[in-house]
Amino acid sequence: MARINQVNSERGSFVLARARATSTLGPLLALILASIFFATRTDRFLTSDNLSLVVQQVAVVGIIAIGQTLIILTAGIDLSCGAVMALGTIVMTRLAVTHGLNPYLAIGLGLGVCLAFGVLNGVLVTGLRLPPFIVTLGTLNIAFALTHITSNEETIANLPAPLTFFGNTFQVGTTSITYGSVLALVLALVTWFVLAQTIGGRHIYATGNNPDAARLAGVRTRRVLLAVYTSAGLLYGIAALVLIGRTGVGDPQAGQSDNLDSITAVVVGGTSLFGGRGGVVGTLIGTMIVGVFRNGLQLMGVAAIYQFLITGVLVIIAVAIDQFSRRRRT
Amino acid sequence: MSAVDVGVPVLEARGLVKRYGSVTALDGADFDLLPKEILALIGDNGAGKSTLIKALSGAIAPDDGLILLNGAQMHFRAPLDARRHGIETVYQDLALAPALDIAENLFLGRELRRHGILGLVFRMADRQRMLREARAHIANLKIRVGSLTQAVETLSGGQRQGVAVARAAAFASRVVIMDEPTAALGVKESGQVLDLIREVREQGIPVVLISHNMPQVFEIADRIHIMRLGRRVATITPKSHTMEEAVALMTGAVSFQRTDG
Repeated sequence: MARINQVNSERGSFVLARARATSTLGPLLALILASIFFATRTDRFLTSDNLSLVVQQVAVVGIIAIGQTLIILTAGIDLSCGAVMALGTIVMTRLAVTHGLNPYLAIGLGLGVCLAFGVLNGVLVTGLRLPPFIVTLGTLNIAFALTHITSNEETIANLPAPLTFFGNTFQVGTTSITYGSVLALVLALVTWFVLAQTIGGRHIYATGNNPDAARLAGVRTRRVLLAVYTSAGLLYGIAALVLIGRTGVGDPQAGQSDNLDSITAVVVGGTSLFGGRGGVVGTLIGTMIVGVFRNGLQLMGVAAIYQFLITGVLVIIAVAIDQFSRRRRT
Repeated sequence: MSAVDVGVPVLEARGLVKRYGSVTALDGADFDLLPKEILALIGDNGAGKSTLIKALSGAIAPDDGLILLNGAQMHFRAPLDARRHGIETVYQDLALAPALDIAENLFLGRELRRHGILGLVFRMADRQRMLREARAHIANLKIRVGSLTQAVETLSGGQRQGVAVARAAAFASRVVIMDEPTAALGVKESGQVLDLIREVREQGIPVVLISHNMPQVFEIADRIHIMRLGRRVATITPKSHTMEEAVALMTGAVSFQRTDG
């Protein structure tokens, strides 16, 4: 009997320990409070149509933020994500429209290019042991340049149907939901499973938390890093496809602020920039917090520039909380 | 050269050489670890203790010399090779991932998988089985920690070292190597770790212990391997020599008098 109690209390504390480690409670509370605030300020906020719109608006940056989460958990950072996604959209749309390639093949090649950038980031970080900040600053500029060279600075329109599939909607009651929003949630769910339930997930946390200890314990840390950057690259490719669906065009100007926006979502969601702590549930909440603030302020008629102001404040608060809890732990 | 000759060594090294550029860290070092003993490894800074341990645990490959485990020659290229042969090492301070919990740290790098397709295809970790086995290992060594699901960073220094030792002891089938396991600990916590080391020996696994703490070495060691300038200069026992004599051998103030003829 005592033994059973012990097991139960360990299960209970397991849940607690997870909640503490991923620290999703704070962000969740912030999301609820922000939602209540906007709900009292404007009647339109808490309608299913508006909430569906918020999800649509954040789906692209949300998918990017999932990749960013994986990288930040390993104590890295990816500045190239938005530029890689933009390149993906141009590769997909230009091959399909300008070169008349089979749209599915065009999508595949676009995903391949983004994946290749992920591999490149991973190889430079693990093989040459360069800091992720510098590596991805470099690949950011490379992807940006390639995007503008291959697109001739032109927006590509008149896309074939498969490319815009994820912009299509289906009805739940009276609310229309895009397939892109659903895909973002599915990707978050898959990533949650990998991080929380698989051995690979444990190794990502260990690599970010104490790379030396992980390596000495037999974790192939370089392989972990390479897998993380590669997966992130593929996620940026998927984000590219969702973005095409949402806008209906291939836009070389796309994604320029998505690197900072995704980092914001990850950090606001409680994932530590020092690696090893946090998770994709937090990122989902963080993405929603940023989305809810933008949407709510918009509905209240506040000028768009204030959204940046609020986002900036949110990031600083989130990082400060991370720092303070870190100091308390040591 | 050993003062006490008993049994066939579990782990031995003959004429190990390791050079880093113009520095010779190991200069023909020998080493013998006997069954069920605690062997302390002492020497001044730069005497080659760490290099010797790294060679024995697979962290570096020696330029020359032999490493034998139960009489069979070994070629360790990575710590993983040594671990596969049952040699576990407790590193001074980089052993654990503080944000992960005790059970996760115990099984880090060799997590148990779920049975069936969940484990094979999805590489899903078997958390319940790891918790059960971790509890058994911790209890086996009589380590007192609260819940196994608490993060290692919430533990005291002694408890953390306990977790590191438990991990080594749980997976070591032949040898446990410990690099300064008490260096960062207070007196009481050091005592607990020393008890742990004895407990590992009781379970039949010989322990190699690097330490600077002479009273500790003389308290716990069965034999003491003294290094100087990249070689073994003597193997003594706490009974055959005093601390002063050990220090004199370490610093080269006196050279070892052969007692075996």
